[in-house]
Amino acid sequence: MSIAALAFYLFAICVIAGGLFTVISRNPVHSVLWLILAFLSSAGLFVLLGAEFVAMLLIIVYVGAVAVLFLFVVMMLDVDFAELKAGMAQYLPIALLIGVILLMQLGMAVGVWQASDIAEAQRAAVTPEGVENTAALGLLIYDQYFLLFQLAGLILLVAMIGAIVLTLRHRKDIKRQNVLEQMWRDPAKAMELKDVKPGQGL
Amino acid sequence: MIQADLNIILPEIVLAVFAMLALLSAVYTGKDKLAPMVTWATAVVLVLVAAWIGINGEGTHSAFGGMFKDDAFARFAKIVILVSAAAVLVMGQDYMSRRDMLRFEYPILVTLSVVGMMVMVSAGDLMALYMGLELQSLALYVVASIRRDSVKSTEAGLKYFVLGALSSGLLLFGASLVYGFAGTTLFSGIIAAAGEGHAPIGLLIGLTLVASGLAFKVSAVPFHMWTPDVYEGAPTPVTAFFATAPKMAAMGLFARVLHDAFGGVVGDWQQIIALMSVLSMFLGAVAAIGQTNIKRLMAYSSIAHMGYALMGLAAGTAFGVQALLIYMAIYVTMSVGTFAFILTMEKDGQPVTDIAALNMYSKREPGKALAVLILMFSLAGVPPLVGFFGKLYVLRAAYEAGLAWLAVLGVIASVIGAFYYLRIVYYMYFGEEEGDALDKGKSPVLWVMLMGSAAIMLVGVVNLFGIEAPALVAAETLLR
Repeated sequence: MSIAALAFYLFAICVIAGGLFTVISRNPVHSVLWLILAFLSSAGLFVLLGAEFVAMLLIIVYVGAVAVLFLFVVMMLDVDFAELKAGMAQYLPIALLIGVILLMQLGMAVGVWQASDIAEAQRAAVTPEGVENTAALGLLIYDQYFLLFQLAGLILLVAMIGAIVLTLRHRKDIKRQNVLEQMWRDPAKAMELKDVKPGQGL
Repeated sequence: MIQADLNIILPEIVLAVFAMLALLSAVYTGKDKLAPMVTWATAVVLVLVAAWIGINGEGTHSAFGGMFKDDAFARFAKIVILVSAAAVLVMGQDYMSRRDMLRFEYPILVTLSVVGMMVMVSAGDLMALYMGLELQSLALYVVASIRRDSVKSTEAGLKYFVLGALSSGLLLFGASLVYGFAGTTLFSGIIAAAGEGHAPIGLLIGLTLVASGLAFKVSAVPFHMWTPDVYEGAPTPVTAFFATAPKMAAMGLFARVLHDAFGGVVGDWQQIIALMSVLSMFLGAVAAIGQTNIKRLMAYSSIAHMGYALMGLAAGTAFGVQALLIYMAIYVTMSVGTFAFILTMEKDGQPVTDIAALNMYSKREPGKALAVLILMFSLAGVPPLVGFFGKLYVLRAAYEAGLAWLAVLGVIASVIGAFYYLRIVYYMYFGEEEGDALDKGKSPVLWVMLMGSAAIMLVGVVNLFGIEAPALVAAETLLR
């Protein structure tokens, strides 16, 4: 077995184990940590495929941002995961049944898998000769897949609008900072000087 | 190259830019005070774009290496989507303003969702399909829960979101299998790779998963569970929107992906679609009988109608696609009218959804009761109203494609389904007199929509407003 094959099986087993423990571990923080393992291992798989850029992206975006965000959410929101999982035992038999059926179907599909005769010819070359991975990706995204890239941007815009619409509340009963008001504040109006006579008071 | 491509997607660009400009200008000025104005402006822009596509569009163009197609089929679907979205926006404006839920983001989200729908019906690639679908759905999830202080509305949005994410997962898994088989995500490449006759098992599973994901979007049985809850929980104007434009878009996408990408293996998907069609028709007809909430009732009604539309798709012929397009156009028109009526159902300013409130409605408002009577008969498919011709088309398409059993089951389901439409009519004309009556509707917009829709159902029997010819052209371009 070559080193590459060994590395592949190592990473693949780690991905599957990570995914499994993400679902079944009791402590949600552990779940997130297992998820990070799954992400890291899949990044390793991408490196094996020669897609270094995607691998780094996976680590930076998913491990660096998304998983850490998950961790914050899990720790800051007081969600009772034990209660959420209480219903799981009830649905376990049917879920297992569906899972087994799906697995068998996939086994059938993969067992006799045959790609189309022209699939090889239709597949776009992953990286043209002499062009680096990152550069090739840039060429694709900003040229051939321009439409998809822009649509992805619109989807993010919708997500942003949605988050604001559903969560932003303008409370009227609290004091807010108004920078302009602060800057234009006139000392002559803000202060009142009183000449207090000794012994008389105001 | 990019210039020519951009020209082809110009309508989509215009809408997206309009949405962003409207968003910016509303944020920096009056915010929600401007909402009614933004709503009307959006409706005007949507109608203008529809007119532009209708007048200007001709021929078949493809942009971005076949990823986006502008053909007669896409244009037909886009016009229906744009006009119905505009109608629904205008209808809901007064209702939402009075309940203080009209936020300026609402019309903007609807516009962006319409952009997604336009990409969906024009998709020529699995990735473009998914992008359009997500753009559409994400905006819909948000507008479903736009009444964020109401538990039901939030629940509707959340339910829709979770199940929608699941269906997207199914769709993506299927798409990856299809890509593994064909080596490309372009529809033109997939149809070349799949060849004629029977699909190999890998492609078959991919196709089935893609069809399941799309069936969720058209709320076909067995992927319909979200529909009644979302329809009931979402604010009524949003429900009206759900029942019209997204259904047309999803059906258009369904037809496009099945014919453009899997047109060579019709026999393989025909059975899936036919089964979903039968289940939807019967579940929609039977489950609606027990409903007293008119919004839930309309949800089951839409499930049943999707069953009939799928029957046209199951035929797998150009005539079938033509029948599908005609059916959807008629269904959307009827839905607009019916929801215009539901929006007027109020008691002391509060919305009423119980159909018992319609008792003896005909005595108080004979004109509107008559319009609802026509719409209900048309929804049920009673001749000689337009709804009947829609059903006739799909039944003929199924029969001519050799699916006589499907056509017979369709007729039986439509007889069962007629019960609950006619029950509403019964309540209105022969119900028991009750003390508390519904308010008199004052909104002229709703009145016009209701009467217009009912009038179309009557007048349209002459020649269906000539939509048969464009639908035929659209169907033929799709199957070429």
